[in-house]
Amino acid sequence: MNDSLVVELLVSGLLYGTPLVLAGLGELLAERGGVMNLGVEAMMLMGAVTAFWFSQSFEGPGWLALLLAILIAALVGMAISTVYAFVVVTLRANQVVSGLALLILGGATGLSSYVASVGELAGPSGRHRLQAYNLFGLSDAPVVGPLIFSQNILVYVSWGLVALAAFYLYRTQTGLHLQAVGEDPRSADAMGINVARYRYAHTVIGGALAGVAGAYYTLAIAPTWVDNVTAGAGWIAIALVITAFWRPGLLLAGAYLFGIVTSLGFTLQARGVDLPPEIFSSLPYVLTILAVVIVSSGWGRERFNAPAALGQPYTREEA
Amino acid sequence: MLRLPEIHFEKRLKPPRWLGPAMPPIAVLAALIIGGLILWASGRDPIDIYQRMVRVSFTNPGALSATLVAATPLVLTGLAAAITFRMKVWNIGADGQLMIGAVFASAAGIALDEQGLAVSMTVMIIAGMVGGGLWAAIPALLRVYLNTSEVLTTLMLNYIAPLILFYLIFSTTSYWRDLTTEGARVFPRGKTILEGAFWPEYGGGVVVPFGFILGIVLAVLLTVVVRSTRFGFQMRVSADSPTAGRYAGIRTARLLVLVMVLSGAVAGIAGASQIGDFSHRLEPKILQFAVFGYTGIAVAALVRYHPLGVVVSAILVGALSNAGLALQGPELPLGLIGVNQGLILLLVAASEVSARYKVVVGRRPRTGHGAQQAGGDLDGGPAEEPASGGVS
Repeated sequence: MNDSLVVELLVSGLLYGTPLVLAGLGELLAERGGVMNLGVEAMMLMGAVTAFWFSQSFEGPGWLALLLAILIAALVGMAISTVYAFVVVTLRANQVVSGLALLILGGATGLSSYVASVGELAGPSGRHRLQAYNLFGLSDAPVVGPLIFSQNILVYVSWGLVALAAFYLYRTQTGLHLQAVGEDPRSADAMGINVARYRYAHTVIGGALAGVAGAYYTLAIAPTWVDNVTAGAGWIAIALVITAFWRPGLLLAGAYLFGIVTSLGFTLQARGVDLPPEIFSSLPYVLTILAVVIVSSGWGRERFNAPAALGQPYTREEA
Repeated sequence: MLRLPEIHFEKRLKPPRWLGPAMPPIAVLAALIIGGLILWASGRDPIDIYQRMVRVSFTNPGALSATLVAATPLVLTGLAAAITFRMKVWNIGADGQLMIGAVFASAAGIALDEQGLAVSMTVMIIAGMVGGGLWAAIPALLRVYLNTSEVLTTLMLNYIAPLILFYLIFSTTSYWRDLTTEGARVFPRGKTILEGAFWPEYGGGVVVPFGFILGIVLAVLLTVVVRSTRFGFQMRVSADSPTAGRYAGIRTARLLVLVMVLSGAVAGIAGASQIGDFSHRLEPKILQFAVFGYTGIAVAALVRYHPLGVVVSAILVGALSNAGLALQGPELPLGLIGVNQGLILLLVAASEVSARYKVVVGRRPRTGHGAQQAGGDLDGGPAEEPASGGVS
């Protein structure tokens, strides 16, 4: 039963969907505060390369190497997003142009590739890889075994974070303040909420999550380095936030759907379906366009709107 | 608790005159310095590397020609970015539009018979424009009719376009694929266009590709269009305020589609020039790897989206790209060039603030509201009255 196509698709959907959950959740928090961080792709690539480098060169037990590699990826994401937050929150620069600058700076032909050549990372496969657990010995149970009881640590962490984010956004005062900052920064400011600090904090948390999402590629999916390993997943994560109407639960479901679509090619080819690989490779991007179109055009817009101040810098001096 | 440094902004009524022209050199210089620090931190000698970069891009024999080759696509993608970004329409899709332009132009180049150079070049340029324009029409129409932000759609199309090129050359026996020799059947490659349709080069000591001259002509044309035609006037009004544009009777939706398609067509010319000037056949890997489209955005932003400025900044950024390719190796990883170009764009974006505000760090601003703000506690002390129309 566990070899059925449906189970196999769901399993690989989870594998490829998890980085989208992590990066998407980070972007969701930043956007709830009104900051659209278009640097996700760059932060993921930088997280991926630093985590891989560390796990390759660290001498010590494997679990420690992986744990520290994940932490370092988070720190790198935080550092980059701090720069971004400074540029767009404090200096109020254009968020689209600054996000693109980060993409060129850190992206596939920028710093991530530079770091990889300095560290001579291309080629050898990794020494460490995140292993799937066998929780309660249930990994062979039908359907739920491979899906729920046999995942690696980051998958479980991502589930916990989604629940935590939902609780935070809707049930805590800070979370409600964050929503106020994203909807109406002027009123939030009048209430005594420090708009800039909320925006900084959540952009930086988002950066940490994007870094970890990048690390997932080189520590869990395939422990090797190739330039541009994320292949646009950062942009898909941004699109996911929109199509999930800025809600953590929907984001989780959407991420797995995209995970399934991303892995469709590998799964079907392994079963002997012979179609040009380009058709499968283009599916996630086509689906992203379709999803964004559907959400932005029709009924979605009237029901669930974006944070009203999304992408707009806030200044007190200007009315 | 977290304390942000106290940075205040005093609004400028008028930016000082020197600021506009001074910004690009400052941004480039700062980017080179930070890039040098990165080189130094990874155990390389930045001064030596920068000296070699200047030699391979400017002073060596033939270096300037190589720089112009690298600058040719950047003039065109830079113009493509300048057209839309100026209007605050974010066409990030020049990369994909260039590739589809190249597909169309190479098809034209293959199909041509001996019609003479002028005719075949015209056909290839138009084909490139049609390809790029069509690829840009997708996000433009989605934006106008279905309200979809062009940022994500143009980006996604950038990931789809190279897959089309790979499909045409590597996964099928398409019209574009060379099947004439045994070797070409084993290692797939594109069909070479008619030799009589290769684009000419000009100049003696410094070789100037035709595409570069085309870029200069287009830059002049666009400057005239923006300054002194009705279309240009509508562009300028809509750029400042779309609402005002609508009240003035400008059909903003139509204008937006026109501008996007025009921008895509210019990027498509860059694709045609890649085929006609340089590769003479469809090269999916080269085009995907080059990221001319993204670099074009940095080129255009550096001169604040001014068409004539794009020519100058394309030469500068092209010199950087050329040096990166020429010196590529363990000593100078290619990624450094992306770092420099990204830094330039980031610094330019960040420096926009200085045109609008005077940045004051750690000192109380003089204006009334500002003074009140500076006195306020950053840890969310007593709520302050938000300024309403105080200083504007």
